[in-house]
Formats: sequence, C-alpha cells, structure tokens
Amino acid sequence: MISLYIGGTSWAHRLSARFKLVTLFIISLLFIPFPQYWFSLGLLVLVLSAYASLGERGLLALKVVRPLLWIFGFILAFHVVLGSYAEGVAVVLRLFSMVLIANFVSITTPLEEMMDAVEPLFRPLGFFGVSTRRISLAVALVIRFIPVLLGLYASLQEAYFARTGKRNSWRLLAPFALHTLKMAEHVAEALTARGGAEGLPKRSGER
Amino acid sequence: MTKDRSLVQIALYAALIAALGFMPAFSIPFLSGVPITAQSLGVMLAGVMLGPVRGSLAVILFLFLVALGMPLLAGGRGGLAVFYGPSAGFLIGWVLGAFVAGSVMKATGERNVLFSAALSAVIGGIGAVYLIGIPGLSILAGLPLDKAALGSLVYIPGDLIKVAITAVVAQTVARGMPSALLSRA
Repeated sequence: MISLYIGGTSWAHRLSARFKLVTLFIISLLFIPFPQYWFSLGLLVLVLSAYASLGERGLLALKVVRPLLWIFGFILAFHVVLGSYAEGVAVVLRLFSMVLIANFVSITTPLEEMMDAVEPLFRPLGFFGVSTRRISLAVALVIRFIPVLLGLYASLQEAYFARTGKRNSWRLLAPFALHTLKMAEHVAEALTARGGAEGLPKRSGER
Repeated sequence: MTKDRSLVQIALYAALIAALGFMPAFSIPFLSGVPITAQSLGVMLAGVMLGPVRGSLAVILFLFLVALGMPLLAGGRGGLAVFYGPSAGFLIGWVLGAFVAGSVMKATGERNVLFSAALSAVIGGIGAVYLIGIPGLSILAGLPLDKAALGSLVYIPGDLIKVAITAVVAQTVARGMPSALLSRA
C-alpha cells in the first residue's frame, strides 16, 4: 500500500502511535505561548536530530519540505516587502519545524497503527448509526478505486490515441464520467448482494 | 438511496480526488510556471454530484486517508505534515466547499443543470474554499489578510477552468445517467 511510512525498529517506531499523535498536538499548541523564533529554531534542531537518528533514510525523508520551499520563499518575500523581516523568519521557521515534526510521526507510524490509534474517535459516530466497520470499508474502497479510476482513464486515452493520434482531450470527460459511475453502481449492487456493508459474514479469526 | 450505494459513492469521489492528484496538471499557457492541482476539481464534483452531506463526507474521507499517511495530495504530499503547512486552511476549506456547492445545487434544483452546477462550483468550490483558505494562510504565514488574498489570486484562472469542467460533467451525467446525479435525485 502506498504510504509515507518508513519501516524500521528505531526508538521512534517503538513509541505508541497515540503517544506520538498527542505529543504532536501538544507541540502545535505550544506555539501559541511561544511565538518567538528561538523556540521554533530549538524545535527545528531537535526534529532534525530526530530525523538524523533514523539514519540515511531518515535524512532522505527531509525532502518532504521541497515542494514547500517556493511557498516559504513567497511568504518571506511578502514579509520583506512589508518590512516585517524578523516576523517572516520566525513564521518560516515555525512552519518548517511543524511540518517536519508532523511528518516525523507519519514516517515512523504504519498506516494500520495510525488507524487503530484514531479508531476510538469514531465510536461516538455509532450514535448516528455509523459503525467503525463502515468506515474501514470506505477506506478500503477508496484505496481500491484509485488504481481502477487511473486505469479506466488510461484505457480511454489509449483508444483515443489510436483513433486520433492525440494523447488527451476534453472529449474523454463524458465517457470517463459515465464509465466510472456505471462501475460504482455495479460495486454497490455487488455489495448489497453480499449482505451490505454491515452484514458481511464474519470469518473465523477476524476481529 | 440505499446505505450501501451512498457508501460506495462517497468512496468513489474520495478516490476521484486522489486520482486527480496523479494526473499531470492541465497546462495553461498564460500561467505556465504556477503549479495548479486538479484536485479541487474533484472537490467541486463531489459537492455538485453528491449533494452537501455526502459531498463533504467524501472530502473528509479523502483528507482522513491523507492524515493517516497516504501521499495522495498532488506532488505526492501527504501525512500529518500537510495539516501544519501554510495551505492547511485550503484543505479544511474543501470540506466547506463541497458542502456549499452541494447546497447551492440543491437550492437551484429547478434550474438547468449546466447553469446550476457552474454556480455551485463558483460559490462552493471557489468562494467557500477561499473563505477558509485565505484567513488560514494569513494566520499561518503571519501575513495581513489582503496580502494572503493577493497571493492566492494566481489560482483563480485555473479554478475557473475547473468550474467549466464541473458544469460540463454534471450536464453530461444529467443526460446520460440521471440517477447518478444524487444532488438532484
């Protein structure tokens, strides 16, 4: 499954997912009483050493900030124009450290653990008739649908290329929309035929 | 409308938003160089096609998968980091955007689908998204509101193209498979 997670057995991997999420939340709240640049800088140094402690793959994971660099440049430029240079530096340092800390949780926690950690948050939804089972099924459906949609579009593109010699066209929108919706209807019918989202028979060994 | 059908439709539009992140960006000659993600097209479509509640649930489901650690945002971004980045407000704005687009679609139920869908996409997919996104950028980047708005203006031309696509797709579905236009069903 596609995920940001980097496998390993480091100290960060051994911490519980819930502990990491709560810590992340607390740190993000700490920026309210400590907006100064030295606080962000301190955190940045800490989080960079945390990445370094994961070894080479940890350092490679730092590339997560690359797509943000132009936005940071843009924010700094605006602050320079406005004459609030110091604030601009503090803001960019804060964003840098926060993004890296949050990403650190994502790369050291497998998807399944993350899901289990947030599962209790969904329990109140049972009150409205939404079971955690339906949520798990929805997540599984999305993960399955993504390659199906990409495949569907690719096959339409291929047929269009064979006919016209062109790769892409707005003309593909209509067949794509209708094919996709038809496919979803079939999936829904198949789901109902098998007892529906709630009624899937439990197999032995299943939770 | 069965519960199963609702569930599948919500998952389908969440997947559509994700799939649009894999598509190579539409090249816009007069704005080359500005990265434009096609994903907000999925947000507009979710609201317009599914209606307010299912539409916003589809966006929430997509954001949930991103938060769990799947790199589903355009450019392979994802994980908890994106909710702490400068454009976090826009992601939250997507939820409201789909809700508002769906509501407008419902409220203009007796109008022509092409017009109604375009109006919904403009008010929800642009208006509501920026309503949350710009103050978010302003707070996170420490910039005054008007400067944050100015910086977001570059995305408007791309958004208008997405509005046009949303309207055409909604019209196509209304003709070819009216039962799938759940906001009107």
